[in-house]
Amino acid sequence: MGIEERDRYTGHMTTGHDWNGIKELNTKVPKAVWIFLFISFVFSVICWILWPAWPLGETYTRGILGTDQQKRVDQVVERAIEDRAIWTGRIMDMDYGEILSDQSLMQIARENGGRLFLDNCAACHGKKAEGGPGFPALKDTAWLWGGTPEIISESIRVGINSGHEDSRASEMLAFGRDQLLPRDEILTVIDYVQSLSPVSADQEPKQDRNAAGKALFLENCASCHGENAKGDVETGAPDLTDDFWIYGGTRAAIFATVWNGRKGHMPAWQGRLSDVDRKILTLFLLDLSGMDVDGRSNN
Amino acid sequence: MFNFHYRLERYSIRFAILVVIVASIGGFVEIAPLFTIDETVEPAPDMRVYTPLELAGRNIYIREGCYACHSQMIRSLRDEVERYGPYSLAAESQYDHPMLWGSKRTGPDLARVGGKYSDYWHVVHMNNPRDVVPESVMPSYRWLGRNELEPADFDLHLRAQQKVGVPYTDEMVANAINDLSGQANPDGKRAEGVLARYGEATNIRDFDGDPTKVTELDALIAYLQILGRLTEVAHQNPVMKKLEGPK
Repeated sequence: MGIEERDRYTGHMTTGHDWNGIKELNTKVPKAVWIFLFISFVFSVICWILWPAWPLGETYTRGILGTDQQKRVDQVVERAIEDRAIWTGRIMDMDYGEILSDQSLMQIARENGGRLFLDNCAACHGKKAEGGPGFPALKDTAWLWGGTPEIISESIRVGINSGHEDSRASEMLAFGRDQLLPRDEILTVIDYVQSLSPVSADQEPKQDRNAAGKALFLENCASCHGENAKGDVETGAPDLTDDFWIYGGTRAAIFATVWNGRKGHMPAWQGRLSDVDRKILTLFLLDLSGMDVDGRSNN
Repeated sequence: MFNFHYRLERYSIRFAILVVIVASIGGFVEIAPLFTIDETVEPAPDMRVYTPLELAGRNIYIREGCYACHSQMIRSLRDEVERYGPYSLAAESQYDHPMLWGSKRTGPDLARVGGKYSDYWHVVHMNNPRDVVPESVMPSYRWLGRNELEPADFDLHLRAQQKVGVPYTDEMVANAINDLSGQANPDGKRAEGVLARYGEATNIRDFDGDPTKVTELDALIAYLQILGRLTEVAHQNPVMKKLEGPK
């Protein structure tokens, strides 16, 4: 320490730096700072003792509290599952009809189902289950595979063309691309299909081609969609006489469907959502579309 | 003691060197244990490496800066676990060089997005996110479906991964370019090799719905569809099993 000079006005030491006679004071660090610094040292030593801190080669100090964030979240999640068991147990034990008529349980299903729907289903089916191009609406009463609770919950469990071992499987052939039908015959059968649907009520059906269109329909389409074009819930073939269109009901959209075929995909939710979550979602959808246990609309 | 520090501060270069040494102790204490403590990375014997197509998708994910808005790290918090699925384990990103955990969520976490949505949904979503999520602020990535993947040097990508410790076999490296297109052509003769090298559960599909060419969109969707599915180790935790229900 070469500098031992005390400023005679303040009583502090100087640093020895001198600018034209003005000297820099080496003011002492305030006591409060020392106190806080000391407290923070003590605090960190306590933390080292309580929680995992120092690495020791192949292991580390684990702390006397034995804290483990992963075990902690396991406990919290498990406790949450137990807390919910009061009503999840009832939902699992009761059948759909009983739950639908139990307003307190339905309120729970609505709240939890809505949350599950937003987290898992809304990306494709839309926030209000209104669907979108390629993704069926779920708030209506047109169900590809049937609208009873058991069928809906099974659809959620196994998915469609999902790779699940029990997956529902459905595919519409590419009639144009794979040259099953020539272009003019496809257009003829589209005329016929459009004449069945109320959407095209304003369009004049081309009667002269309808006979030919019907013949083509019976030959090529009826095996899945049915002779009356009402669809088939066994094969997931849509009803072509209603005004619900998954891929669009315009002439161009139907042409694209018939030409390139369709093979929709819904993931299987078994293994991602638990049995009770899937049952809650089923209840949520039944409630949303206003259906009873037999898949009939109450609206 | 305080006079000692006062003396240190008087010589700036020596003091700077001492600061660097002390600061590096902190870094050393944080980083070195990852190499010496085995339990930092959980054992995951069922884990497979990324296929060349998935790795190409991962490169596109990095190139487009997806990590700036999407994390791949489900934290050990109840709300995250209940929304996204089992919390992320270190083992799950052991083949990620660099890791893409991220720290910002403008969009949702993607650590378990694999298999959650259909390929078609991803195609629509990449083309214009607002078509499926009206309130989305994600940009459109229309060019991905137009750009053909350029596989010319892809064996070198695998070689580089091999050098940093990813267990690619020499056979995988040698077949990288064939496997790249093989995975996106389920009817092609190269698909068999992909299954043989990367396992029967590998997704072999035409991911982007355009069978005529292998595009960047094929690669990106192949990558997104495998996120969180390279190993089942995170799902084997008994509490997570309760949450997700039996397979």
